[in-house]
Order: sequence, then C-alpha cells, then structure tokens
Amino acid sequence: MNRHVKTDAARTLAQSHFRTLRMGTPFQPRIDALALTNDWYNWAGYRAPHSLWDEELEYFAIRSQAALFDVSPMTKYRIEGPDAEAYLDRVTLRDVTRLKPGRVHYTAWCDDDGFVLDDGTLFRLSPTRFRLCSQERHLPWLLDSAIGYEISVEEETEAVAGLALQGPTSFAILREAGFAGVERLKIFDLAEFAHDGAAVTISRTGFTGDLGYELFVPADKALSLWDRLMAAGELRGIRAIGYAALNRARLEAGLIVTNADFTAAEHAIRADRLRMPDEIGLGFMIDPDKGHFNGRRAILEARTKKKLRHVLVGLEIEGNIPAEHAIVYYKKSQEVGLVSAAMWSPMAKRNIALASLRRPYGDTIVDDLWVEIYAMRELQYQKLMKKAKVVQRPFIRLDRRTASPPADF
Amino acid sequence: MKAWDAIVIGGGHNGLVTACYLQRAGLDVLVVEKNDWVGGAATSRELTPGFLYSNCSYVCSLFRPEIMRDLELPRFGLQVISYEGGAVFTRDGDYLANYRDHDAHRREFARFSKRDAEAYDRYSRDVTRQCRFIQPLLMRTAPDPTSFRPRDLGELLYLGKKFAGLSAEEMALTLRFWTMSISDFLDEYFETDVIKANFALSGIIGTALGPMSPGTAYVLLHHYMGEVDGSVGAWGYARGGMGAVTRALAASFKASGGTIRTGAEVDQVLIRNGKAKGVVLAGGEEIDGKLVISNADVKRTFLKLVEEKELPDIFLRRVRNFKIRGSSGKVNIALDSLPEFPALPKDSPVYRADMHFTDSIERMERAYDDWKAGRWSADPFLDMMIPTTLDPTMAPPGKHFMSCFVQYAPPKIRGADWTDADRDGFAESVIAQIAEYSPGFRDRIVHMEVRTPREIEAEVGLTEGNIFQGELTFDQLLFNRPVPGYAQYRSPLSGLYMCGSSTHPGGGVMGAPGRNAAAEILRDLAKPTLHMSPAHDVI
Repeated sequence: MNRHVKTDAARTLAQSHFRTLRMGTPFQPRIDALALTNDWYNWAGYRAPHSLWDEELEYFAIRSQAALFDVSPMTKYRIEGPDAEAYLDRVTLRDVTRLKPGRVHYTAWCDDDGFVLDDGTLFRLSPTRFRLCSQERHLPWLLDSAIGYEISVEEETEAVAGLALQGPTSFAILREAGFAGVERLKIFDLAEFAHDGAAVTISRTGFTGDLGYELFVPADKALSLWDRLMAAGELRGIRAIGYAALNRARLEAGLIVTNADFTAAEHAIRADRLRMPDEIGLGFMIDPDKGHFNGRRAILEARTKKKLRHVLVGLEIEGNIPAEHAIVYYKKSQEVGLVSAAMWSPMAKRNIALASLRRPYGDTIVDDLWVEIYAMRELQYQKLMKKAKVVQRPFIRLDRRTASPPADF
Repeated sequence: MKAWDAIVIGGGHNGLVTACYLQRAGLDVLVVEKNDWVGGAATSRELTPGFLYSNCSYVCSLFRPEIMRDLELPRFGLQVISYEGGAVFTRDGDYLANYRDHDAHRREFARFSKRDAEAYDRYSRDVTRQCRFIQPLLMRTAPDPTSFRPRDLGELLYLGKKFAGLSAEEMALTLRFWTMSISDFLDEYFETDVIKANFALSGIIGTALGPMSPGTAYVLLHHYMGEVDGSVGAWGYARGGMGAVTRALAASFKASGGTIRTGAEVDQVLIRNGKAKGVVLAGGEEIDGKLVISNADVKRTFLKLVEEKELPDIFLRRVRNFKIRGSSGKVNIALDSLPEFPALPKDSPVYRADMHFTDSIERMERAYDDWKAGRWSADPFLDMMIPTTLDPTMAPPGKHFMSCFVQYAPPKIRGADWTDADRDGFAESVIAQIAEYSPGFRDRIVHMEVRTPREIEAEVGLTEGNIFQGELTFDQLLFNRPVPGYAQYRSPLSGLYMCGSSTHPGGGVMGAPGRNAAAEILRDLAKPTLHMSPAHDVI
C-alpha cells in the first residue's frame, strides 16, 4: 500500500558500500602492490598507507629524490559560475579577485563568528571555475553561503583522483614524462596538460616545503597517470610514500593540519576549542581592505578589542627528543599551552614543534617557555623539562621550492 | 509486628535502585510488587517455551553506569551489548542505514543527499553540546527555585553557572532546543525526508506528541544522552533481555539483605496523622514501615494509593493535570526463523539493528493524527528489532525474538476502553506493515504478545501505559517534574517519597530517579551516602 515511488537504480546500486568500510582510491591497485608494511590508516573513509615500506626512508625520498603520494581522499569541490569569484571572495579569507586564472592560493574560511571552519587550497581553473580542496567536508556551508550567487557547487572527491609528486627530482620527472611546458610553472601556478585522452591539471604546489607538484585527473585516468610518472621517474629515484613521511615534511615546512593542530569549528564540541585565523597563524590571510567576507566583523572586532586568546607558534626545543603532545609551561610551572606536532628535523638538525599557547604567552611573552616531555623508554617515563624557543615558521626554507625555472634536482 | 525502615511500592528498576541504595546504607528495606515477578517495565518473561521477551522496555543506553558499578550489577549478571545503527526502509524498495562507522554513515546518507551527508557532523556537534549540558543534571536533585535553602540556592547557582558557561549562541540554542519540535530542529540541518524521519523517531518515542509538536526536540535529546561504556548516544541490548537489568538489581538487593515480596499489590498507603506509616495490601494485610517510597507514577501514587483528603488541593490538581498520556504499544513476536527483507542485502548489519518503516516526518505526523482522533495509527511507526541476532540467550538457535515498539496507540479508542477486538486490529496494523516489507513474515510467527496501553497499565501499572511515567516536555522537567514544589522526591506527606520516572530526570531505564530519591531519603535520615558514587565527570 505504501510503495508508489519508483526505485532509484543508481542509489540502490550504491548500497553495497557497507561491505567496504575503507574504500580504495583510484590508485589503490598500484599502492596495494607496493604496500610491503601493510600499515594502513583511515583517511576520510579511505584505506590510506601510513607507510609503504619504511617511513624514515620514505621521508628521505621526499627530500632527496621524488615521492609520489596519493591525495585522492582530500575533499574537493568544483565551484563554477559567473559569480564564482565574488562568491569565493565572500566565503574565504584571502582576496580572490587577486587570484588569477591559472593560479592557486592557500586560504581558509570561517563561520560568522570568525572561527575557522577549515583551511585548504583554492585552484582557479578558469575565470569562472574553481576547485577548493580541504581536509573536512563543507557542502552544507558552501551551499548555504551560495544563496544569492549565480554559481554551482559540486562535491567531486570521488570523481577526481589526485597525486602529489614532491621532491628535488619532481620537475625532471614531469618533463621526462612528456608534460611539455611544465617548466614554465612558477610556484602556485597551474596548467592543464594532455593525458590519456583527457586532461591532467598540474599545479606547482604541495605540502612538503620542497619542489613539488600536484596532479588532478578524472578517476578513470588515475592508473595510467601513475604508470606514466613511475616510468618517467624510474631513473630519478621516484618512490611511492605513505602519510607518516609526508607528515614529517609538512611539519618542517611549518604547515598545519585541520583537526590535528586546531579543531575545526564544525567539530568543536567545547566552545573554548574554537579558533580564529589569528589564533592559528593564519592572520596573514585576512585582508581587511577587500569586501565583506564571512567572519570579517568578528575577526576585526577581536583584533581591535584584543580578544584573541590563543596563538599558534613554531618552537625549537633543546635536545633531540620529540615533544609530541607535551604541555608547554612558563617558568617551568605555569601551564600555557600544548604541542600539537613535534619531531627532530633531519633537514634543520633541530628539535621542532608546533604549539598552541594562551596569549600573552607566545605572543608578547616568549621567554622562559618550557615543555615537559614524557619519553617512554622500556616501560618507564623519562620526564624531561626542556627549554623551548619561539621561532619563525617554516622551519626550513629550500631555494629549490621556488626556483624558476625549476632545477633538475 | 515488624516495622520496616522503608517500604518500596513497586519493583520496577527505579524502585529496586532506591531499595538497593537504602539497604546498602543500613536500612531494612522491603519491596512489595503486585506481579509475581519483579521488573516493572524492564522485564523479560518466557511466555512461550524457549523464547524470552523484553516485554516492555527493549533496549538499554540510559541506565547510568555509576549505578551499575555501585550496585555491582555485573556481578549479578548484567551485561550490556552495543548493537549496530539501524535503518529506515523507504517506500521505493530501498533503505537508509545508520552505520557505526563515521565514513560509512556519510556515504550511506550521500546515497540520498550529498548535502545532508555532510551536514551530519554539524548536527552531531550541536546535539552533543546539548547532551553535555544535560548529562551532569541527571544525577543531581533539581533545585527548588522557590526555596531559599542554601542547598537549593547552591544548585540553582550550579545550574546558572552551567548555563552561563554556554556562549550566548549556545544559550539561545539550548532554549530553542528544549522547546522546539523535532521536525523544525531537523529542518535546520537536513533536506531529505527519509533522513529527517530517521532522526525524528527519537523525538517521538514514548510521547503523545507528533514530530511537529513543540517540545519533541528535547525528547530526542533524552534518547541521546545515554551511553554504552562511555560511547555516548549508543544503544545496546541487555543480554537476556531488559529483565536482566531488574534481575541483577533484585539479586543485588537480596544479596545485601533486602526483602522482596511479589504477588503483593498495594491498595493504600497507610497514613496516620498526615504521616506515611506503611502500606495496606489488596488482601487487607497491613505492613508497617517508617518510610514509604513509591515507584508507581505520580498519578497512580497520589490518585489511587493515597486518600484525597490527605493531600493539599493545589498538589492534587497539579497531579491530576500532569500529562501521562498513553501513546504507544508493544508487539513481541516469537519467530521460527529470521525474517527476510528483500530490500536489505542478506549480509547487511541492519539485521542486527533497529528497523523502521516510516520514511517521512509527514507519515509520522499522520500516524499522530490517528492518535488525536482516538484510533491506533493505520500506518503506525514501528521501532523494530531482533535482539536474538546478537543475544543467543533469548531464543533457541535459528529462532528469533522480535520486539516491535508501536506508535501511536491512544489510551482509549474513540473514548471507549480498548476491547480484545481493538487489540487484534492494532496487532494486525503492525503485522501488515512488517509483512509488506518482509514476504512470508506471517508464516514465521510462533507466538505473539500484544500490548496496548490497556495491557501495559493493567500489568505494569503505568497510567495509560505511558512508558516515561509522564511526558518529557519542558513544563514537566527539572524542578517542575512531577509538579512544582515537589521535584525533590518528597511528597506533601511526611514519610512518603517518590522514586519513579515521574520524577527528575524522567523516563527510560535510567535508574537516576531511583538513585537521586535514595540520596534525598538518606539526607533526611542524616545518613551518609557512602555507597553512592558521584556522577561521572563530563569532560
């Protein structure tokens, strides 16, 4: 008596996803073949490699040769329409009117109270077409914000496969692979190249602080792209890597990860976990002279009234024991913050960390800061109180990252 | 004749919780229960050989873990098992599942709406924030805002501080949340009918309100603030049926020296000089007690067990007007094999979860329209599950117990009492709905227990068969539950207390009213609450 609606065949077909709780990306067959450690983690519902053969050596592949990292699980939205520029200028922090077609910028977006929803990269593919990549998902926010703008927002995470090719030989590999003209890409440039009867978007971007590129193709061209890069890179040391290695590189580059270094506004259950851009080192994105953008009023008010309560800083910590999730103290006694990521940096030969501190610590008071490290050694904690110095990010600067034309290695 | 330190009327879960705490505090406690078994609405009985039903209450989440530990219930056999998420069948032959895995959950919602799939995090955050506000209030006596006792002022201050701890926006959201309809609340997050219906069901269960009635958003919260071993919002089965909860409570009570008399229906609370002195059983037997604690709902307690002349007018009027409206029924079914649902893949985890057939809020509201007209719903809302897919103790191997909670069922049919024919018609509406989605379902039925509000009231004693001992609407919560001025488990009569779900924090197999009542009684006796853990921190 109740059945009167026609079955939606595509929807019914999609039911079977429950049998694969961790989906494969379009590159999965290649990655599975290389996954000697079988060390997986869950990246937004995908089975992503934490390491493939040796996370330390994978890290050195980024810094010495070229590393291939599958970024397909990253959330991707296509935003298109005559009002796309105006819309994104309203939604995101940075001035989108200054983002030319063929360029990419790193940006962030906030709720109406000025709290950061996420950060991500915005690709301007044409005057009226953009791609927004982010860690978390934002479709309701993007759609609600679109009211009054002539644009469309399409979630295209599954449809578009992505690869990061990072490291000193990455340019040489792309040239070798036959992407003619790729040498013209300056940092944050993007261009389309022919691949396997379709187009691949290559941008000179990445998450490593090194020379590197990101490549986006339709999912059905993923494997041929992988093979093309691997073949071209064979003599230049190309290696596939997992997240652990990338995470080291990003920390050296001083880059933050949503919900690791700060809690995204739509995930924060506790009100005091919310963060404004100025509180997580993204204040540089704010352009008070551009038109209105979401959160503008709250952000500017917090600046004027000095209501900013936190600050995210880079720390250099004495010794060589990583201070991961260590508590930061002022004068060894007063708790003033927490380390969210830490490592010994092989490139900088320094013990580095990202930490969120309660102002004025880390802001105007930067002396006499300490971290308490609990180092577990053979079932015993070695408690260390180590001096921490606030330092500039990134922790390393590599000329090859920005050199134009890019060097061979 | 022996005078007990305390007599608890009714061996439901709250009565037993109170009894356990008082006995452990050194009192000599008697529980009198009218049925030949204990458990109230948390019982499991074998009505047909080999099958154990959860006759009324059927799932466990709200029961406070502090109580389980204090009363050593695991030692007495209580085991709670988490189960899968559940599903709503759609009229086009599909279904919407709730998977426990966060990403599978999103992908499932994305089959219907990508937007709604990505709205879930925000929804979940907001509901969790509201839960975190409510949770610490469950295990505290609500303050009396009209009192100037230091303790009440302290509690009011606590409440005020908690409220002030919210941002202005959260405060506004909290107030809206406590008063708005579940339908309106869901409209702020989702756009798809079936997805809204999926969440709305928690807003109407046990309530004589429709999804469009104000106040139903809070009812949703009430169903979300439970936990299974720290997993907030999760629901589980008590292994051996919900009767396992009260069996464990009864065993714990007896082990600490308590006494239970079953088959002992209380006719009257014995009152002398305005003070409760014991109870009179239906047969005329008098039992003396220094204190009397009623696990019965507030209407049954004060309109049936106490003579009107003993009570203040205004209190009586408020008790009469307290809303305990029958709205639901229960059909328990023994099956000789696992039913098949062609819409569901055979290996779907949904078989081990709760299933629903109402795929739009409008259908729920229409079902409620029938209730208003004094009819059972022609197209009822079912909360159906097969606990034997996870609990092997309730039926022989390969056979199954199916629990169907059914809404709506009015307390009276067009103003007249339910008849057996009505009951059969009600059952048929349920079986017909299941059979529509599960061909051959009727042939699998071995035995069936059908419970309309008439049966629930007659057996369990819940007025109108209301499962919460009173609606969970904002006017009947906190310091207004059950009635203003009497929200602290005491009554107008000295020595007479309340400990049932009519009191704060309300219904569900939570145990918190029983525990809080015990705390107040011990306070009046100036006895320490050594055996009572404070509520777990919400951090």
